[in-house]
Amino acid sequence: MAEFSLPKNSKVQKGKKYPAKAGAKNLRTFRIYRWNEEDGQNPHIDEYEVDMDSCGPMVLDALIKIKNEVDSTLTFRRSCREGICGSCAMNIDGNNTLACTKAIDDCKGDVAIYPLPHMPVVKDLVPDLTNFYAQYASIKPWLRTQTPPPPDAERLQSKEDRARLDGLYECILCASCSTACPSYWWNGDKYLGPAALLQAYRFIADSRDEDTGARLDELEDPFKLYRCHTIMNCTNTCPKGLNPAKAIGEIKKLMVERKGV
Amino acid sequence: MSTPGMDRSNLRTPLKEVRGLGSAKSGTRHFIIQRVTGLALVLLVIWVVGFVLSLIHAGDYAHAREMLRHPFAAVWLIAFIITAFWHAQLGLQVVIEDYVHARLVEMLAQIAVKFVCAGAALAGVVAVVRIYIGQ
Repeated sequence: MAEFSLPKNSKVQKGKKYPAKAGAKNLRTFRIYRWNEEDGQNPHIDEYEVDMDSCGPMVLDALIKIKNEVDSTLTFRRSCREGICGSCAMNIDGNNTLACTKAIDDCKGDVAIYPLPHMPVVKDLVPDLTNFYAQYASIKPWLRTQTPPPPDAERLQSKEDRARLDGLYECILCASCSTACPSYWWNGDKYLGPAALLQAYRFIADSRDEDTGARLDELEDPFKLYRCHTIMNCTNTCPKGLNPAKAIGEIKKLMVERKGV
Repeated sequence: MSTPGMDRSNLRTPLKEVRGLGSAKSGTRHFIIQRVTGLALVLLVIWVVGFVLSLIHAGDYAHAREMLRHPFAAVWLIAFIITAFWHAQLGLQVVIEDYVHARLVEMLAQIAVKFVCAGAALAGVVAVVRIYIGQ
């Protein structure tokens, strides 16, 4: 049955405080979610004071500085540090975004950093995205065609058809949108979520793909697609400025178009 | 080391679990009817609110009955009752699907909602018809 409070071992507690070195003047506090399965403790919030005079401008700069200079056990994913790999997606200052493109100056007060919401946590800021990636795989994210490609050329596409992929192909699968979606929180096992649906539409909208009908068939389901209630958190939070809610709306329009009102 | 969510002790692949029983190949009809009944209710509710206010201002009981016996009023009221409970059933179905995850409770709740909505709609229609044919 329904549970209305967290189980005892999941309650988030106060953690340690790590003050900055004496003499630092330009201070900023980072309140970071910590959890390590192996130490048997509850999740807790550690506070780190960081001297901004010796720190880069982005939240990821601060995280790396903390890991290098203060607490090497702090665990998070990062790779490209320029918003193209999607590794460092986390909940910063109340919004899912990329730590590498989120400016510390844009955060209000102490900077609160949590892992992406409602996902199993592996450690600290590292969520388990196994289910998310499997959902992406399930939409078969590649061109599905029957016609073989021309022997001596690429599959061609008009400029207009190519333009229809703008706003779709830029998705980096950081999972910020799906983990911001209440429908995905409650039914993430069956609802594909905004990221996978935007990717599904990216191939539905591709003029070179020949399997549009089968793609729509696979999505036509009360849970896979229609759990989207147009809450719009996905579009609000997307660090790449994309609009997954619109892509989902376009899929629904095609569903209605082929069925008729 | 076992990590929550990464526990694959059932030896199934993540893709197997995500694909589940496959697509139900339905949902679009539900989506369309929910919107069409919603659109109809916008018009119907405006009229019903006006009609109920005019019933209040009708003064006495006999006059109010007389207004309800007008064919136009009866048709719109019946249309409103059927559409409202149809729309309510579709909406409640989604709410239950969203939030009730215990399979048996969910099924019982879905059936109960269908029974209650159908019953209430029938009762409403019978009430209007009774007044209309003058009992």
